[in-house]
Parts: sequence; structure tokens; C-alpha cells
Amino acid sequence: GPDWHCEGPPFPLSHGTTTLGFIFQGGVIAAADTRASAGGLVACPAVHKITPIHSHLVVTSSGSGADCMLWERILTREIRLYQLRHKRRLSIRGTAKLLSLMLHPFKGTDVCVALTLCGWDKLIYVCSDGARLQGDIFSVGSGSPYAYGVLDRSLSWSLNKEEAILLAREAVFRATHRDAYSGNNVDLFHVTAEGEGNREQPGVEPGFHGRKAPQTSTS
Amino acid sequence: MLSAQNFGESGKMKEYHYAGPTEHRFSPYAFNGGTVLAVAGEDFAIVASDTRLSEGYSIHSRDSPKCYKLTDTTVLGCSGFHGDCLTLTKIIDARLKMYKHSNNKTMTSGAIAAMLSTILYSRRFFPYYVYNIIGGLDEQGKGAVYSFDPVGSYQRDTYKAGGSASAMLQPLLDNQIGFKNMEGVEHVPLTKDKAVQLVKDVFVSAAERDVYTGDALRICIVTKEGIEEQNIPLRKD
Repeated sequence: GPDWHCEGPPFPLSHGTTTLGFIFQGGVIAAADTRASAGGLVACPAVHKITPIHSHLVVTSSGSGADCMLWERILTREIRLYQLRHKRRLSIRGTAKLLSLMLHPFKGTDVCVALTLCGWDKLIYVCSDGARLQGDIFSVGSGSPYAYGVLDRSLSWSLNKEEAILLAREAVFRATHRDAYSGNNVDLFHVTAEGEGNREQPGVEPGFHGRKAPQTSTS
Repeated sequence: MLSAQNFGESGKMKEYHYAGPTEHRFSPYAFNGGTVLAVAGEDFAIVASDTRLSEGYSIHSRDSPKCYKLTDTTVLGCSGFHGDCLTLTKIIDARLKMYKHSNNKTMTSGAIAAMLSTILYSRRFFPYYVYNIIGGLDEQGKGAVYSFDPVGSYQRDTYKAGGSASAMLQPLLDNQIGFKNMEGVEHVPLTKDKAVQLVKDVFVSAAERDVYTGDALRICIVTKEGIEEQNIPLRKD
């Protein structure tokens, strides 16, 4: 009931992230780390924080893992219903506004959702506090200051696809290095007017720090 | 008398300093301990749990397994607050029956996982204090494991440990099943017998180091032939 939850549940929920998105001449790049932390424990080292909603829209999620997962599910359902009812796809700005209006009743509660909707020519940031912002570059999460530092230095409109992908990976990697709650691999999507590009291969496992297996002797 | 007030997050004692009189509110939650583990193989899945039910310094029962058979191809392991585990499994059983009567077929492992996610999230503001892990066979007959947080975030894994000793077991599983953090080692696929032996070894280790884990181990092995159960004794101290 309402009285009891003032104390809060006695366990930590999954939180903590670095995600980013930016526009350039070749479309939109969305990148994120893959760590889900619950308090001090790495609850999962291989989470997908970038979800395709439809062929021309991906969503990067940050905040509470369960809230993001379920609200993305609800959003996907609602825009699919819109498409069936109105025989046309809802625009990205409409999607962002719809999400913002759906989250509004939960403002002030524990719901913690900060999504970046990435179309092929637009980025819109929506969060459960009520913010809804369009922009050219967004980084969200506990590791975002570090990612902004790398992006602000090298980002330009005229990058080619390979340079843009490298820059996005570098930004997330630097954030995972400094932020305790971001880590593991980098997930990356490239969205173009033709439709969302395939999920780029995640980077190599960050540095091997263990013992090498003992070499078998030949003598 | 031991109360939840003295313990901060993760069961560690809070530092003692006198902050004035504290009002103790009724807490609807209790922590009953227990560890659950699931492993997915090529054509099998294993769900294992200890059988100790504890609260504070007491043991309520030495024979309270945390594996619940849902269908012929799916087993659910839940640990945390026993009251919520019981209610949650009752609700899941009812929903399985409803689905069977409406759709004339049994729910698949993936469908049960998606349903459990929505059931858990429906209580987002007064959560079920339960750590769930589903183990079973997917529609292709391959082993599947789905792990959840208490409010419904989930994903499919190859192996996962949950409950009180999860932080001790998970790194061991990462190394032995995922071959993580080792170089120059051949990645041999996991056979059923090797997996069962590994699960036994891992729980024996957990019982050594976690006070809430022990007494006995219940293993459920899910294959296309059905669900086989094994009981192995663990430390009782």
C-alpha cells in the first residue's frame, strides 16, 4: 500500500550508464555501454541498452533498467496501435510527445527513465522528470560528462561513417574507464534514411587482466 | 531483538552513532535467504537451489526448496522474501492455467518470462522482494535461462546465479562456464553431467561462505524427456 513504500524496497535496482547519440552527414549514431549495476554489484555485463522500436527509430535507455525496459515496451505498443488506427507511422516528434505525456503521471515517483529517441535526422531526449528536448548531440547517464568531453572535441558534421563510429566508441570507452557504473562493451547502431543499420559488432572485451594459462612443456 | 533497522543495504550493519530516538515502522518485507542458480546447455537446462529458509539468526526450515515446476519444460527458481515467493508462484500458476484454457496450448519458456516481467512491474511501487530465474527449454529444444530483477527487468542468459550468495557464485560461473578471464583455454561445450557436477561444487562452496545458504541442494534437470530431480545434502551449520 502507499504507506509502506515510503521506506522503499530493501534492495537496490539496476542503474548507471553511459549512452550517447549524435547527428552527422551520414545519419545518426547511437552508442551505449553494456553494464547494468545494482548497488555495487554488476548485475549483468551484457545488457542491450539500445533497442530498435521500428525500422527507422532506435531508443537508447538510461536510468532504472526495469523502468526503461517496460516503458519501451509500452511505447512500442502505443505507436504500433497508432499506425494501425491512422494508417500512417507516428513521427519521431509525435512519439517523443506521446512518451512524455505517458510518463507525466509518474513524475515525482521512483520511476527513472531517460531515453534518447534516435531517428535518421533527429534526436529527441525524453525523461521522466518531464524534459523533452530536440538536439544534435545528447549523452545521458552517470558517464555522460566523460563522453561529452570526448565528443565536444572531435565531433563535426562532415565526419564519414567510419570516423563517426570510431568517435562514438572512443567516447563510451573513456566514460567506462572513469565511471564506476559504466563498463564492459560498447553497443552501437547507425541509423540512416534507408533504415536502421545492423547493430555494429561490440568491441573486443576490454583488456585481459588475468593470468595466462601455463604453457605445456615440451621436454 | 534483531530488526531490519540495524541493517543497511546488502545486509551490512550500519555504523553505530546515536542519532536520537528512532521510530520503528512495520516493515512488510523480510529476508529469508537462499540461493538459486540456473544453467542452460545445448539441449538441457538446470535449475538448482538450496533448501534453507532462514530469518535473522534463525532457521525456519531445512527443507524449503526454491525451485518451482511451472510446465514440463520450465522451472522457476525464486529467492528473497518467502511470502512474496509463494504469492508470486500462485499467481503464475493461475496465469498459466488461464492461458492454457484460452489458447489451448502450454506457455513456452519465453512467453512465461515476458509475462513474469509484466507481473513484477505491475507492482513497481510496492515490489515483490523476489529474485527470479527461469530455466527451461525454448521452442527449438535448446536450453534457456531468463534472469530477472525484482521489478521486472529481464534478459536471456546462458547461466545466472541469484539470491544471497549470487555475488560469490556469479564470478565462478563466468570463469568456469563462460571461460572468462582466462587465456589459452579450449572452449569445450558443457555436457549435462559436467554441468550437474559443477552446480554441486559451486553450491558446496556457497554453503561454506554464505550463512544463509546450506542444509540441502535441490537440482531440477530439464530435458525433452522431462524434469529429473536430485537432492544433495549440504552443510547444516
